[in-house]
Formats: sequence, structure tokens, C-alpha cells
Amino acid sequence: MADLPDRTGPSDPTRRRLLGLFATSSAGIALAGTGLAPIAFPEAAAAQGKQRQWVMVIDLRKCDGCGDCTTACQTEHELPKNFEWIKVFEVKDERGGSYFMPRPCFQCENAPCLRVCPVAATFRDDEGVVLVDQERCIGCRMCMAACPYGARYFNYVEPPAPKHPFHKPTPQFPVPQQQGTVGKCMFCVHRTDDGKLPACLEACGMEAIYIGDLVEDIATNGNETVRLSRFLKDNDAYRYKEDLGTGPRVYYIAGHGQHLDN
Amino acid sequence: MDAPTRALYVERALWPIGRGDLRFWLAIGLLSALVAFGIYAYVYQLQRGLWVTGLNQRVSWGFYIINCVFFIGISYGGAMTSAILRLTNARWRAPLTRLAEATAVAALLVGAVFPIIDLGRPDRFLNVLLYAQVGSPIVWDVVAISTYLVASLVFLYLPMIPDLAIARDALGARAKLLGKVYSALSLGWTGTPSQERALQRGIGIMAILIIPLAVSVHSVLAWLFAVTTRGPWHSTIFAPLFVLAAVLSGVAAVILVIAALRRVYGLQPFITARHFRYLSYLLVALGMAYLYFMISEYLTEGYVLEQSTAPVLESIFLGQYAPAFWTFAVGGLVLPLFLAGLPGRFPIARACMAAILVIAGMWLKRFLIVVPGMAGPIMPWEWGRYSPTWVEIAITVGAAAAIPLMLIVFFRFFPVMSVHEMDEVEGVHAAPPRMAPAFAGGD
Repeated sequence: MADLPDRTGPSDPTRRRLLGLFATSSAGIALAGTGLAPIAFPEAAAAQGKQRQWVMVIDLRKCDGCGDCTTACQTEHELPKNFEWIKVFEVKDERGGSYFMPRPCFQCENAPCLRVCPVAATFRDDEGVVLVDQERCIGCRMCMAACPYGARYFNYVEPPAPKHPFHKPTPQFPVPQQQGTVGKCMFCVHRTDDGKLPACLEACGMEAIYIGDLVEDIATNGNETVRLSRFLKDNDAYRYKEDLGTGPRVYYIAGHGQHLDN
Repeated sequence: MDAPTRALYVERALWPIGRGDLRFWLAIGLLSALVAFGIYAYVYQLQRGLWVTGLNQRVSWGFYIINCVFFIGISYGGAMTSAILRLTNARWRAPLTRLAEATAVAALLVGAVFPIIDLGRPDRFLNVLLYAQVGSPIVWDVVAISTYLVASLVFLYLPMIPDLAIARDALGARAKLLGKVYSALSLGWTGTPSQERALQRGIGIMAILIIPLAVSVHSVLAWLFAVTTRGPWHSTIFAPLFVLAAVLSGVAAVILVIAALRRVYGLQPFITARHFRYLSYLLVALGMAYLYFMISEYLTEGYVLEQSTAPVLESIFLGQYAPAFWTFAVGGLVLPLFLAGLPGRFPIARACMAAILVIAGMWLKRFLIVVPGMAGPIMPWEWGRYSPTWVEIAITVGAAAAIPLMLIVFFRFFPVMSVHEMDEVEGVHAAPPRMAPAFAGGD
């Protein structure tokens, strides 16, 4: 089996990131002694103790389809306009109305894109985020055929000149993108590593996007912090095309008038 | 048996070697120009990147993947025809095997290049070996295609050894350098019984081996699609469907190649209407099997009409891809069955017509697998679009031209017919018992 590139962050990032990330939100909530199990609790995370297991929750009741998340993502990663790593779809519902559905990468626990890569250029990091090593990717686009959500983007053109020419692209912060390779949303791990919130979340004026952690069972949209499992349960959260067995790490809270079976 | 006949087929088998009349050079010139333009288009793409193609974020596989499946498919037909006819000891095969095996190698060389043409970073192709992740269908492809390429080269070479000795003896004096090549390649063949035995055993083993190898390669190509979650691709019948499509298009290609080259090389006394009739029957049998598989696929999918499959099936049967589909189904599959299958006059012309329709139809069918499967809405609200650019078309045309070019060049240096097998069929010298199955029968 191929040896994977070094994908760990700072030596002991857990505590620092935990504090940093949730310090940006309002007062934390009491977590201890509630006795509610998280909806999904990966065994890997349990074995590793306090490691993060990132999830995203998108509240479709709040999303107004403005596309600020997409723009912020493109600015953050210096992407051209047709690279919508988080893409906002307008979905018509049965009553003739419509709702908006932002689609980042779902960071699937059983990721179809990951298995089909011939050179193991795409991998899941210890915190459940699917990354791409663009130094290794050969550009066969098999992962794009395999992804059921169309979350992967191929760099057909030479990316624009980087704003930070001295930055060396990494799987965590692949900026600038490399022509002839595949890129995608990676939950802004370069920002969460520094205790910051993902760019799309920060840009969302409706506070519809939450970043959360399955291990601590907590999530925040930058303004309020919620108990993740209860938030998902109380709001009948669902995962998109869950029946494919991909185990997406992105939860949706249904928009108004939307069927719960997505 | 009778000396004049043997003299004739020895003469005809060696006739193209070193021959170069105006027609030959015209053909070489025209085909080379097409290939050269294809290479120019690829260099153009290499310098700029894949944006010069019609591929995009939604439809990220197109002509190149279609061509890969198509040309490798054609190659199986050549190899399988030759292998099956050998194993069943069909005596009428003798004048055909060389042509079929050479077609197999030429088409395979062309098809095997397409996955590399399709890569975003062809400079990193070796990563597939360095970091091979065995769970990836792309790795299966690389392993299967390269194994099959080696096998089909051996399968072309082994039966040619005695012929190379004949060429060495007949032409060695005329062409010094070529004589040396024949000498080296014929491995000191003199036709002793022990040499005969070794050769027959080798050919027998290769004929048996090449069939599962060919099946494996096209199955693996099918799994490239079938292991994804896309509704129209995620089908258990895909592998056998692809294998059948490959052999079907390959037999059609063999018909076309022998029809063209028998005129060019004066092989009409040996390759007769009878050969076209037999190959037509083979084509009809395969075509009917393919029709059955395809109905089985579309019926099971169309009856349930899952959300992920329904829009694509609708577009194929009634929507934007319907003209292509019905052209294929009627013109490229059903019509050829009647053309090739019904008795009557002009068997050669009808076989050729059927073969052309089948080949065009099978290319269209691959298009209908790849493009609607890609463009179909996976987030169920948006369709992708794809129209190829001149780069993709030029590379496709160049690749198609490369096959006859390679064949013409090859037969300028190597015997076009297997003299040794003709000898065997004509009983010129007593060949030792073949390593053939007990049920072997001739015609």
C-alpha cells in the first residue's frame, strides 16, 4: 500500500484548536451529564480520545440562496468563478415554491471517491476530512465519476497567479490549485487548525451553516453554539442520499415545505 | 498437396514485402497525414491543458474514454476470433489468422494510448505504478491492458516463426538487412518434429490464455463505470455486456480488414465468399446475444425507473440522445443482423455493409454509455452538456487512421498469410497432432 503524505497538523493541536474554535462563538453550553448519545459516533474517534470529527450542519430554513458562501470560498482558495466547491442549488418543491440547498463536499465516511483513486492521492485525515494531494494526483477524474454529489472539480485551466507566492500548497490548503488535478471543499481545515471558522460559514449572513464535532457533540454557526445531537434530533436533520451508504458528514435541516425524505 | 497451389500462396503471402507502388505510397501518405494531425492536436492539448477539449466539470469523461473502450474492444475481436477458430480447429481460419491477430495488436496499441491522452497530468503516469492502490479500477485497467498487450504480441509472433523462416530463405538474398531480422526472429526454425511440437504447444497455450485475458480486460473496463454509484452505470450486466460488445465490434473489424486487404494483396483465391459467410454468421450470433443483453439491461432499469436512472433513460429513449440511440439500435444492430444473416447474393458486400454499420453503431453505443451517464443529473436538478472540440475529433480520426497505417506498414515487412497454417490445412507436410480439444472439428 502506498505511504500517505504527512497530513498531520501541529504536534498537539487538539486542545488549542478546541479552545480557539469555540471561543469565537457565544457562551458554550454545558455538555456534561445530559446522557444523550450523539447520532453518529465513529469508533475511530472514540479510540483516539479527543480528536475532532468534523461535521457540518446546514439549516435550509435560513438559507436565502445569496451565494455569499460560494464567493467567500472562491476568495479563500483563490478559485475561478466556475469552481463552486460549495454550490447553492435552487430546488423546486411540490407546492411550486423553492428552497436553496448549499452543497459542500460531504466528507463521506465511506467515500466512493477515495476507493477509486489509482494513486491514493485522495485520503481521509484523522479528523474525517477527505483531502487531495495535488502533488500526486494524475488527473484521471475517476473520483469525479465516483462522487454521487458532484462535489469534485477538475482544474482544466491554469489557476490564477497566487496572492501568496511563497506559500507551498498542501492538501490542507491547496492554494494555488494545480492544473490537471482535482480539487474540492475540505471544510477549511487550514482555518479550523488555527481555531478559525470555515470561510463559507463566516460569510453566511443568515447563519445557516454550522461546523461541529461529533466527539464533543457540539456545533456552532459563529453566533450560537448548540448541542449537536440534540440539534439534529429536534430538527429532524437528514443526510443527502444517505441510502447510498456513503455516510455523509453533512447534515441538512429541511427547508419550509420540503419533504423530510429530501 | 500440389506444388502450384503452394507456390501461389507462398508467393502471395510474401508478395507485399518490400512492395511499394503508387497506391501504397498514396495510402501511406494519406493515413500518415491524418495520424500526424492527430498527434499535432495532442501536442496542442499537452501544451495548454484539457480545457481545449469539450470536457467540463459535469461531463469529465468524453471522447477519449469512449475511444479507449471502442478501440480496445475492436482488438478483442481479432484475438478472440483467431483464438476460437484455432481452438475449435476450424480449418477455414488459415488465411485469416495473421490478419486477425495483427488487427488485434494494432487496435490495442491505439486503444491503450487513450487513457493516457485523457490524463490531466500524463507526466505523472508512473505514479500508477509507484503508488498503486489495488482497489482502484484504473489500476486494474493498467494491469489487465498491459498483460493483454504482451499476450497478444506473443500470439501474433508465435505462429509467425515458421513463416519468418520461409521469408528468410526466400528473401534473405534480396534484402540483406531484412534477412538478418528474419533470421533472428525465426529462432533457427527448420521445421523439425520437436520444433513443431514446441510451437504447437505454445500456440495452444496462448490460444487458451488469450480468451480469459481478453474477457478480463473488457470486464475491468466495464467496472470503471459499474463500480460507481451512478444509476445508469451501476449495473451488474455491464461486464458481460462490454465483453460481448467488444467481440461483436472486433469481428466486424476483422471482416472489414480482410475485405480490404484481400483485394490489395491479391488474396482472393484464399479468402473467399465462404469466409465472409462464416464470419457473418458469427457476427449475427454475437449481435443477437448483444441485443438480448441490452434489452435485459434497459428492461430491468426502465421497469423500476429509479430516480437516479430515470432522467438518463428518458433522454436516451425519447429525449436529446434519442436520435443517436435509435440510429444505433436500428441501423447499427438490427439492420446488420438482416444484412449479414439472410442468405442471398453478394455475401461479401453485405458482410462489409453490416460490419461498417456495426462498428459505427458500437462507437455510438459507447458514446451513449459514457456521455449521458456523465451528463445525467446526479444532484437531481442539473444536466451537464458536452460537445467535443476539434482537438478531440482530430485525435479520434488520427487514432482510427493509425490502425490501417500500422497494418500496411507491418505487412510490408512480414508475411500477410500464415504459410505454415496453409500448409497444414492443405496437408503439404504431415503436421503432428495439434494440442486441440477433442471436440475440434473443421468445416
